[in-house]
Amino acid sequence: MALLETKDLSIQFGGLKAVDRLNLSIKKGQLYGLIGPNGAGKTTVFNMLTGVYAPTSGTAVLDGVTLNGKSPVEINKLGVARTFQNIRLFGKMSVLDNVRLGFGNSIHYSLFESFFHIGRYRKAEREATEKAMELLKVFNLDGEKDYLASNLPYGKQRRLEIARAMATGPKLLLLDEPAAGMNPNETADLMDTIRFVRDNFDMTILLIEHDMKLVSGICEELTVLNFGTELAKGPTAEVLNNPRVITAYIGEDD
Amino acid sequence: MKKALSISRKAGDRYITYLLLIVIFVGVQSFLNSGAASRSFKGLLIPTCAYILAAMALNLVVGVSGELSLGQAGFMCVGAFVGSLFSLLTEATIANPLIRFPLALLLGGVVAGIFGFLIGIPVLRLRGDYLAIVTLAFGEIIKTIFNNLYIASDDTGLRIAFSVDAFNEKPLAGNATYYIKGAQGINGTPQDSTFAICMIVLLIAAVIMLNFMDSKQGRAVMAARDNRIAAEAMGVNVTRAKMTAFVMSAFFGGVAGVLYSHNLNSLIATKFDYNLSILILVFVVLGGMNKMRGVMISTTVLYILPEVLRALKDYRMLIYAIVLIVMMLLTNSKSVRAFAEKVTGALKPKKKNQTGGAE
Amino acid sequence: MSSFFSYLITGISLGSIYALIALGYTMVYGIAKMLNFAHGDVIMIGGYIVFTAVSTLGWSSGLGIFGAIFCGILGCLLLGVLVEKVAYKPLRNAPSLAVLITAIGVSYLLQNIALLIFGSNPKNFSSVVMFDGFSIGKVRISGETVVTIAVSVLIMIGLTLFVNHTKSGMAMLAVSEDKGAAQLMGVNVNRTISLTFAIGSALAGVASILLCSTYPLLSPYTGAMPGIKAFTAAVFGGIGSIPGAMIGGVILGVIESLSKAYISSQFSDAIVFGVLIIVLLVKPTGIMGKKLNEKV
Repeated sequence: MALLETKDLSIQFGGLKAVDRLNLSIKKGQLYGLIGPNGAGKTTVFNMLTGVYAPTSGTAVLDGVTLNGKSPVEINKLGVARTFQNIRLFGKMSVLDNVRLGFGNSIHYSLFESFFHIGRYRKAEREATEKAMELLKVFNLDGEKDYLASNLPYGKQRRLEIARAMATGPKLLLLDEPAAGMNPNETADLMDTIRFVRDNFDMTILLIEHDMKLVSGICEELTVLNFGTELAKGPTAEVLNNPRVITAYIGEDD
Repeated sequence: MKKALSISRKAGDRYITYLLLIVIFVGVQSFLNSGAASRSFKGLLIPTCAYILAAMALNLVVGVSGELSLGQAGFMCVGAFVGSLFSLLTEATIANPLIRFPLALLLGGVVAGIFGFLIGIPVLRLRGDYLAIVTLAFGEIIKTIFNNLYIASDDTGLRIAFSVDAFNEKPLAGNATYYIKGAQGINGTPQDSTFAICMIVLLIAAVIMLNFMDSKQGRAVMAARDNRIAAEAMGVNVTRAKMTAFVMSAFFGGVAGVLYSHNLNSLIATKFDYNLSILILVFVVLGGMNKMRGVMISTTVLYILPEVLRALKDYRMLIYAIVLIVMMLLTNSKSVRAFAEKVTGALKPKKKNQTGGAE
Repeated sequence: MSSFFSYLITGISLGSIYALIALGYTMVYGIAKMLNFAHGDVIMIGGYIVFTAVSTLGWSSGLGIFGAIFCGILGCLLLGVLVEKVAYKPLRNAPSLAVLITAIGVSYLLQNIALLIFGSNPKNFSSVVMFDGFSIGKVRISGETVVTIAVSVLIMIGLTLFVNHTKSGMAMLAVSEDKGAAQLMGVNVNRTISLTFAIGSALAGVASILLCSTYPLLSPYTGAMPGIKAFTAAVFGGIGSIPGAMIGGVILGVIESLSKAYISSQFSDAIVFGVLIIVLLVKPTGIMGKKLNEKV
């Protein structure tokens, strides 16, 4: 039984078919890659899966629940969390608060309890802070917890985005070019972290990436998009040796 | 250890604000008790407190929520008139001002909060400068309504009208009293506002606002401010978050209005026009936004400045305007700052790496 | 019926003045992305310049009046450019709120300069219009109304031609569309912004003469309310849009005039603002405004 299943997922902007009949099937616990040249429609797929765009046709089903027509907030509550290609952190909040925000829907106390820091507030906040610190440790950010998110270096901002997404307690994590702008060392670290997250947090991960070293290093299966349509899919090694994929990527700088 | 340190640092920062308020209260109150305080000093105290509260409240929208509102005076207007009307009506039945006034404060705040909620429904759908002009529009509409509102009582009971004509057509019968008389406003509000009560209200408001900023609801508001799309993707109901801040702001704006009106024997609605909203916005922006303590200090300084400059007569507002422009240029323009530093020769490096958190 | 017609004409005339002021707001907003709160006060200063010039040059000669008008427009133009250079240009990359507060500071400054020089007592501004107007049937149309509408129409036509058919005008459109791209294409952004302030302020100068001729009391606060109304008109029409400001201004003037006549003079401002709110609820970026979508 697949955790995420899309059936003929399509979207059209004016006359342009940005994504055309995409069929994805991602099993629980899988590390799945979505690759393709620039402009192939990868981020658009993420935007459809998270409710930013409404698909023109087709369906996306997460764990038996149809995602079509749901708002980004509802979809997040159903268990999909994402990062963004152009980093979208809460720049004027601290690193710790960025992550604690992610726990917003899993900790419970009323506005009145917030006003006076009474009742359930103390325990809930203490727990949220502890869990947030654990996540920050995983992403090696615990030393910077009081920094403003916008003051972090680029690579750490990308890691913080993942940590924040993890805090919302997702079943499915969507990572949009997590290694973009990182140097080889940082990328290697990131690969370890992503594997660690999958193994220790029981996570299913769908990621978009251009860095082929990362893709071939951690993804188990791939789907290749080209001009919005599926070019190939299957186990990573097989797909990367597919002549059609190689042709599509010629001249493409990875 | 480090973790514990950070939490206490944040909380500690709040306590500095509370301590500051208490120290000021004790200092000023003992100065008042000594009898050495001048009339003009006494006259400034309560309006200053009311403006501090109004500015802190506006900061919830402008600094914390990141939306430009130009309608804060409207909420003060609602609070001022509702609170004063309540006090006038209950002056006989609730003789003790220590019971009557808190009720007036609460009622003024709640009604202003309801106005905030109703206005927020359409307003919060808009963005940026459109939101600004619509809050200005609502503020002016509120002012106009209260400027044309007539409330009186006679033997037939309470009578409400939006034009004096209604009372001319059917004159007030028997034992008649005007409570709100159109453009002449409201007269004879009991003088329940004292400095001590103002400071207590300020302290409670500061506790609520600063605690709010360090809670999941407060973080949701700030996240929606910093990045709306990411906030939604992280499960934040942006509309609800912004509404929470907006209603809280309206509530405390209303409470500020009640404090203000119970210091004046007569009050007219045109006092609460958009110029007042802009003045409060200036307090907030110069206070550094998002920093409650900064807002308190800037309000005090900027409100008292023209009074201190009174000796300069006609030049005082001119100086005020120049101070405003120069401060904005110095704090926001690299070239002007570089020029100023060259002139003064004084270099002050600023580090802004660590978060201030809730100050 | 004839009274309706006369209220309508009054409204169009008032609305034309709002439109001229709104053009200044909207052009500056389009190019510099700032709300120039001091724009209304430029009008007030223009009024005082014309008032002073007329008192000095004398009423008798047509030359005196034309000289005064020229001084008023030129004075506003220079003032606008000066304010931009001194107060706004250093804040080109500052947060928009800082710019807004600076503009508010400039507004206070202009009001208080006028207060110091001319005092708070309103001055009686004599109309510069030397033409008595005419009647159509029972409807009397004053010279001021005719001149206001005629001048506004001419200016709007001229401005539209300028923006769409001259190099400088197209540079203005380019900068308002995308400052960075315009710069890369060789547009001198600073000069274009100065030009925008110059044109906007000159229009304010024209508006001040028309406004003071129709409503002859001149005080340091004369510019504030028309400024706010014109700002409303600009938002109403879709801020940043030149045709929007024209349409918004005229509609606003007509609504104000008709509601004063038929509903309530006390509530006319509230009605104007109420209509603005309703329009923005239906079209959140105004009548001619563009919808902005953020790329995810």
